[in-house]
Amino acid sequence: MTVKSELTSLTLADARDALARGETTSVELTEAYLAAIESARSLNAFVTETPEQAIDMARASDARRAAGTVGAMEGLPLGIKDLFCTRDVLSTASSHILDGFQPPYESTVTTNLWNAGAVMLGKLNMDEFAMGSSNETSHYGPVANPWRPEGDNRTYVPGGSSGGSASSVAAEIVIAATGTDTGGSIRQPASFTGIVGAKPTYGRCSRFGVVAFASSLDQAGPMTRTVRDAAIMLGSMVGFDPMDSTSVDMPVPNFESALTGDVRGMRIGIPAEYRIDDMPEEIETLWKQGEAWLKDAGAEIVPISLPHTKYALPAYYIVAPAEASSNLARYDGMRFGLRVDGGDLTETYEKTRAAGFGAEVQRRIMIGTYVLSAGYYDAYYLKAQKVRTLIGQDFEQAFGQVDAILTPTAPSAAFAAGEKSGDPIAMYLNDVFTVPASMAGLPGISVPAGLSAEGMPLGLQILAPAFDEMTMFRVAGVLEGAAEFTARPKKWWLS
Amino acid sequence: MRDIPTNPDNLIAGETGDWEIVLGLEIHAQVTSDAKLFSGASTEFGADPNSQVSFVDAGLPGMLPTINEKCIEQAVRTGMGLNSEINLYSVFDRKNYFYPDLPQGYQISQFKQPIVGPGHVTIELSDGTSKVIGVERLHLEQDAGKSVHDQHPSMTYVDLNRCGVALMEIVSDPDMRSAEEASAYVEKVQRIVRYLGTCDGVMAEGSLRADVNVSVRRPGAELGTRCEIKNVNSMRFIRQAIEHEARRQIEILEDGGKIVQETRLYDPNKGVTRSMRSKEEAHDYRYFPDPDLLPLEMEAAYVQAIRDSLPELPDAKKARFMADYGLSEYDARTLVSDRESADYFEAVAKGRDAKLSANWVTSDLFGFLNRTGIAIAESPIAASQLGQLIDRIVDKTISGRIAKDVFEVMCETHQDPDAIIAEKGLKQVTDEGAITAVVDQVIAENPDKVADVQGGKEKLLGWFTGQVMKLSGGKANPQAVNKILRDKILGG
Repeated sequence: MTVKSELTSLTLADARDALARGETTSVELTEAYLAAIESARSLNAFVTETPEQAIDMARASDARRAAGTVGAMEGLPLGIKDLFCTRDVLSTASSHILDGFQPPYESTVTTNLWNAGAVMLGKLNMDEFAMGSSNETSHYGPVANPWRPEGDNRTYVPGGSSGGSASSVAAEIVIAATGTDTGGSIRQPASFTGIVGAKPTYGRCSRFGVVAFASSLDQAGPMTRTVRDAAIMLGSMVGFDPMDSTSVDMPVPNFESALTGDVRGMRIGIPAEYRIDDMPEEIETLWKQGEAWLKDAGAEIVPISLPHTKYALPAYYIVAPAEASSNLARYDGMRFGLRVDGGDLTETYEKTRAAGFGAEVQRRIMIGTYVLSAGYYDAYYLKAQKVRTLIGQDFEQAFGQVDAILTPTAPSAAFAAGEKSGDPIAMYLNDVFTVPASMAGLPGISVPAGLSAEGMPLGLQILAPAFDEMTMFRVAGVLEGAAEFTARPKKWWLS
Repeated sequence: MRDIPTNPDNLIAGETGDWEIVLGLEIHAQVTSDAKLFSGASTEFGADPNSQVSFVDAGLPGMLPTINEKCIEQAVRTGMGLNSEINLYSVFDRKNYFYPDLPQGYQISQFKQPIVGPGHVTIELSDGTSKVIGVERLHLEQDAGKSVHDQHPSMTYVDLNRCGVALMEIVSDPDMRSAEEASAYVEKVQRIVRYLGTCDGVMAEGSLRADVNVSVRRPGAELGTRCEIKNVNSMRFIRQAIEHEARRQIEILEDGGKIVQETRLYDPNKGVTRSMRSKEEAHDYRYFPDPDLLPLEMEAAYVQAIRDSLPELPDAKKARFMADYGLSEYDARTLVSDRESADYFEAVAKGRDAKLSANWVTSDLFGFLNRTGIAIAESPIAASQLGQLIDRIVDKTISGRIAKDVFEVMCETHQDPDAIIAEKGLKQVTDEGAITAVVDQVIAENPDKVADVQGGKEKLLGWFTGQVMKLSGGKANPQAVNKILRDKILGG
């Protein structure tokens, strides 16, 4: 029998195998995680903990196993980003405006996970409506990064918007978590917290039941401790869903089988345009190191050009707010969530939305409303869509020459809370390396690859052609093996 | 815009000269379909408030629209009925505005790339002429819910049953020049969608309603500034609203004023239009392609299969009735006014005299149905029964006069004509012996009148005929009676 304190340090794959061998049970595993969650409340990673439901689900899982039915995620306790609607469980998108909202339905992605046998520990904190790169815009307060530099007692951000997901996986208070990625919201926080975060191709995961931020970009994905864990979990999240018109009806390969450890003969592209001004030396160094690791493993390194890269971020900050301004119109205080009564209809709208939305959400609604307005549509929205097409063409051409692309995940390591929250542009620049693939709908994964001079984790990103997650995982697995990233945060929150 | 010659009959005389009305219509036709455009919720009329609302319709977080293919097919069929181009590639856009009966905060519509492009319909006017009206486009969109303002002194109630129901917005060119033309256009579109089964066209239930764009100008001059009268929901109101609005605009212009472009509402109780919002207050709808829905692409074969399944449409049917049955334009027009009437007529006319059949259907049957308010589909007299009645006239079993009586009984009892004729003993007497006996009796009883006839008053023969018919209970064949009377009195 495994000792309880060791249970939470098992990877998802190891826990799966331990369960299969009967060395532990889902109830035992779940109880260990619930205890860990309780001890880590200072991280503020959860909006809602669901311990009773977790134990019930774990018991049901153990019973299924006893009866011989074992799903791919059987008995594994997960955290769920609070952007996913979960039936009869508070689902807030970390926004005041969704106060008390308990959906009478379940998102397709979480339904798929429960059907695969997984257990829900609770709902994870995030940037409000997934708008943010530091998890500081949440109505439920900021999430702390489990990592902090040696001798520095300040709180560091976990990245965002899937900050609660990243923090909880890194702190080992969930075995894995769901995230969503619109412009980098899985990959950037994964990089900031030393974990793996994978965004599949747009269309792989159903968006049904996921609170919408920017519909043409939003995509769910796994946040895990290893590449193998991500491959296993993604397999249980994806699949065609007739309830989502943008969901893709394609066969789902066995992602775990992509982890051959062999990249010999593969061509890995290094895009020149990702070498941006003011990039910290250590990021540059890590990127070079990644190149060397893959080359040593037998891959061929190919310099490539993605010429429209510099327009990706500005175009993203037109397209995403435009869609958000429309998607968030339904939060009007009429049918669910927060309502602040005014003297008449217009005043009720104004008061409800002024009180219900935080500053960053309001900023993006206003940007989005502006760029779609008569007289500005062509200059902003239409132009941004054209840029988006060009970015997609850049990647298409590149993937004519290479099998995958290697870049840094983020232009810096995690920063201290409050450091950038007053400067939206500085905050937006966090997504400079993740946004282009989002705009093109391509799969991308962040793999922990090293530590900054201050001892904070840094990730490298692998991008692959559309629907070629197999290549993404294959290269990521080799990178992970070469990096041998074994550092773990000190559990300061236990003291 | 097409150049349409000015028809002097349409001009309105003002204080300072003649004016011409220019009209363009947007018809909103509710698609006949079991489910809404983007959700599986029911579309049945008259259900309890908020009983037919899915999570998608209610705009709950994370809900996504998925298109109902039936609605696409119906839009394509309608486009074909309007002689329009079908666009194999079309796009759904979001039209953004806030209102409590619009839960998503946007209406899904089609803006730049509608499913149906330009076409036309031919309207028929009371003076017997016809006119071609251009159709600019047809697009699919969601209906909004219903705000109910009169249930509470300070609150508004919202019923979302209608929210998300598929509408076809049919936009005409500004080709109409009178209230009559406008209502004839709406009637024609109504007839076409009913033939196609794509909209039930019931204006009283709101399943077909029109926005009317009205402007006036001097004959042949540039277009004037238009006002849009929203949501007019009966043919009569359409005519009244146009007449009123045209007069209002002419008065303003003749007083030296200017027309302000605005949206107006017609108040049928007061018979006036009043301002709803001006152009300045108009919404900026911030249209953009709905990212939840991929562009709609149809294969040519799919569209062709729909075309192959189209029923015969009113114009083609009317032409065929005139050519094949030799009917007058008037009778043909009346018979094709709806599919059931046309089908009924054809069932009656099959193997029978077409003109006689048309007369019985249009005057006797339609007369009865109109009087009693019964729809043709619920007619108490089956086409086969009316056909039998006509057969009995033709084979001289009964006279046309007796047939009218039999018809009355059929309306009451729903019996076959043969049964009524037998039961009531109405079979026409053609047996000369029997008629001669009655004729002899009448002659014997009226020697003075016989003398009058023989003295030259031949008109009195009619009186004798009447007496014979009366005594025979109407069953004597009138031609036979006449012949025998002449023979007996005048000696052939």
